[in-house]
Amino acid sequence: MESKLKLEIVTPYGMVFNDDVEEINASGSEGEFGVLPGHTPFLAPLKIGMLTYKRGSETGHFFVNWGYAEVVPDKVIILADSAEKSEEIEVERALAAKKRAEERLKQAENVDHTRALASLERATTRIQVSEKRK
Amino acid sequence: MATLRDIKRRITAVKNTKQITKAMKMVAAAKLRKAQTRMLEMRAYADKMNSVIAGLSGESESLHPLLTVRSRKTVEVIVMTSDRGLCGAFNSNILKTAARFIAELKQEGFNVSLNVVGKKAFDYFKRRNVPMRKTWTGLSGKGIYSDVQKVAVDVIDNYINETIDEVFLIYNEFKTVMAQKVTTAKLLPVAPMETSGEKTEMPASFIYEPSREDILNQLLPKNIEVQVYRSILESQASEEAARMTAMENATQNADEMIGRLTLQYNKARQANITKELMDIVGGVEALK
Repeated sequence: MESKLKLEIVTPYGMVFNDDVEEINASGSEGEFGVLPGHTPFLAPLKIGMLTYKRGSETGHFFVNWGYAEVVPDKVIILADSAEKSEEIEVERALAAKKRAEERLKQAENVDHTRALASLERATTRIQVSEKRK
Repeated sequence: MATLRDIKRRITAVKNTKQITKAMKMVAAAKLRKAQTRMLEMRAYADKMNSVIAGLSGESESLHPLLTVRSRKTVEVIVMTSDRGLCGAFNSNILKTAARFIAELKQEGFNVSLNVVGKKAFDYFKRRNVPMRKTWTGLSGKGIYSDVQKVAVDVIDNYINETIDEVFLIYNEFKTVMAQKVTTAKLLPVAPMETSGEKTEMPASFIYEPSREDILNQLLPKNIEVQVYRSILESQASEEAARMTAMENATQNADEMIGRLTLQYNKARQANITKELMDIVGGVEALK
């Protein structure tokens, strides 16, 4: 049984993370799931959410904006539209985006509702993830 | 025989041109570096996505409209060029290949629908009165994903509507700074992929959540977008590389020309001095 799990996070803007970890938690479109080494092969879409990995005493958090997770026993590949490490999130920008989205939701007309909702969700999740930083 | 002043004026003109080409070369080099990194980053993503899809569609027959092969009647050709010129044979290579490809398709009796990216291709086909189904300009340069997405979405919609039955993409693939290859690639229908390169042998018992069809439904159009985006990035990097080489050559040519003109100028000046001397000597002789 493998004791290590290789986590690769790839976005159109390059490889964000590529290292061995021990445990991964991600939010799939059907709910959160955790992956330990030796997991059954598994493929799921991800929604906007947080991805957490554990390595020894170290815990890391990522903001993941949509994507797919492919799990094989010794490896997890995350294909995300974008992904940011919690330390790298620009909080001010996220806060501003949240405010903008909320304002847009308040006006009833002339607003792409789904888009505003999505950007609100992105912003709130970003803020949540950024609060996890050490 | 050109007068001294004419030659001088020409030298100045060539020098100015040289300065411009040199600056353009510099700009192209900087842009190339940026485009190249973007392209390499994208390649990693596109490759990974391909291997995921290979695993998904590999074991199954067509589950998705984008996978089904129809008898082809209308073939769409996407021609990717740049918006701006001064990049050597970059655009003409593409356009030549495209024109030949279209002629072949027409000869075989297919309808050709033309989808044009870049101002250069647009001008080319417009001049020749070739009808274009769709045109896009201002895409390259910035390389914004959501802009490129529109191209892909449009193509997918038309494919599913059965307005078009097959889609080809003609673009410049970036090999090295010196070499760009005109590539004709089939975009739709998605060819059954064999798991190449990546060694991930797919175990039969994959769990899909929610279901395999759902995932395929989302992933396949996404993959088309990614492929179109990737080819635009490739084309962009190629464009800057081609421009850099072209401007490098132009700068060299200008240098040569300046050398030749300076020689001519000096000769003419010498001739002038000799002539004046002869006049003076002649005058002195006459006074004696």
